Amino acid sequence: MRNMKKILSLVLIAALAVMTLAGCGSDSSDSSSDSTQSSSSVSTSDTGSSSSSEEEALSGTVATDGSTSMEEVIGALGESFMNLHEDVEFTYNPTGSGAGITAVSEGRCDIGLSSRSLDEEEKASGLEETVLAYDGIAIIVNPENPVADLSLEQIAQIYTGEITNWSEVGGNDAEIVVIGREAGSGTRDGFESITGTEDLCQYRQELTSTGDVITNVAQNPDAIGYASLASVDDDVKALTVDGVEANADTVKDGSYQVQRPFVLVTKADTELSEVAQAFFDYVTSADAVDIITNAGVVAANE
Amino acid sequence: MKNRKRLFENIVHGIFLVLGLVTVGCVLLITVYLVISGIPAIREIGLVEFLFGDTWASTADPPQFGILPFILTSIYGTSGAILIGVPIGFMTSVYLAKVAPPKLKSTVSAAVSLLAGIPSVVYGLVGMLVLVPGIREVFDVPDGSSLLAAIIVLAIMILPSIINVSVTALEAVPKEYEDASLALGATPIETYFRVSVPAAKSGIAAAVVLGVGRAIGEAMAVVMVSGNVANMPSLFQSVRFLTTAVSSEMSYAGAGLRRQALFSIALVLFFFIMLINAALNFFLKRSKEG
Repeated sequence: MRNMKKILSLVLIAALAVMTLAGCGSDSSDSSSDSTQSSSSVSTSDTGSSSSSEEEALSGTVATDGSTSMEEVIGALGESFMNLHEDVEFTYNPTGSGAGITAVSEGRCDIGLSSRSLDEEEKASGLEETVLAYDGIAIIVNPENPVADLSLEQIAQIYTGEITNWSEVGGNDAEIVVIGREAGSGTRDGFESITGTEDLCQYRQELTSTGDVITNVAQNPDAIGYASLASVDDDVKALTVDGVEANADTVKDGSYQVQRPFVLVTKADTELSEVAQAFFDYVTSADAVDIITNAGVVAANE
Repeated sequence: MKNRKRLFENIVHGIFLVLGLVTVGCVLLITVYLVISGIPAIREIGLVEFLFGDTWASTADPPQFGILPFILTSIYGTSGAILIGVPIGFMTSVYLAKVAPPKLKSTVSAAVSLLAGIPSVVYGLVGMLVLVPGIREVFDVPDGSSLLAAIIVLAIMILPSIINVSVTALEAVPKEYEDASLALGATPIETYFRVSVPAAKSGIAAAVVLGVGRAIGEAMAVVMVSGNVANMPSLFQSVRFLTTAVSSEMSYAGAGLRRQALFSIALVLFFFIMLINAALNFFLKRSKEG
């Protein structure tokens, strides 16, 4: 009887502990969006204290906010910047390009991140853009495929299911196997926004990594896929789009169309805090080129 | 002296109790967490619309969260794997338990154990590089990533669980039953299928249920061969399972309804597994009693 009681109380304690833990879990996910806001306010108050110290002992917070597609490149840059300056904290809030631009114009973050150029209205409101890198997306097919060039419109038609046979674009008489990435992928988001096919794509396969896309295209002679330019290898053939070959130069000069800029958005009339300025200078310097390239995009100032 | 001994005993008892409760605690934690995080999305979307909606478009505007394609795919995929895997596994286990000479038996058993130890990502990789192009060639379809590829991979993956449990059940059949049958003039094969197998049927049923559990919960191998598009299931179509629906979108989902909906999918999957476990317990209990 006494044992029963003991066991019962232990079980109850365990159950209580579980409940509290579970409560924590669900809370933290809800409050995550708030955390960056508070950290960005910290950064502005921190700048005063950091200016008193010497330049090598940079401290404070750099808050960035915006494009989810830029997660990989900005995350790598932030990490290496924090390695260089031990006392600096770097935050990134993946909210989307539009939200990032709004955040910087309202002063809720130091640098806004956008995976599209600013429009005239946004520029008129006192925002400034600096292109950090270009995200070039290669359209890839199997090396056996005789098709070597497609227009941007044809690509869109293939992905939306209007063109379903390679013979319609000058290839073999075979059904086109449309391969893409899973919903939420930055590459998919980029491809669909450039070709204007958001939510219209009729995928045959939605794969979870660039490597899987390349492997599948390399194996299937009738497949078409897209992958970030940096990861394309000899197993697949990158198509020319409207006659323009996909490489770092054509992406940078804008003649290759399946690309978009990764933009740092700042306020023209407000100076960045010392630490944010240091970060800005760092990511646009030659030192950051390798990190940007490793993240699969073409650095703007290569 | 006696008191000290008892104290020591009690302490050890306590340690065992705590260790035992770790497992119970984990199960409770996962259950409670899944229910808490899975319910809100179902409430917001509506249970019927969530379970029986046939369109999943989580990033569209407005988003649609219908998981019927995933549920059906999981059910079809698992059934297909059972349909292929159970006959092979069953025959293998009868052979191993009753017919095979000892030397051959130990070799095959070792191979089966090895099959059980292969990581699922390796199944997926081999499936992706061999099976998918193979299906494309053999059936002359544009793309081999399909429900069929997933079924074949799953059928191979569940073989070890089916074989191991069935062999144990068949070996537990009392020798007297078989001797009596043989003495009455039945051939060995007749004896195995008319006497041994019926005597071990609860254990074999448990083996099948275990296979179902393994198949429905597998994610890594099927994500690599099934194409992963939220279509209604069909043999040569690209499909998405309950498991892969969660795993492929989780890393992007961020906060909000989309993430909650993924938890709700996990809750549905969890519910399926609970059902399967209940069935397993039922059969295991019966096999012990029988």
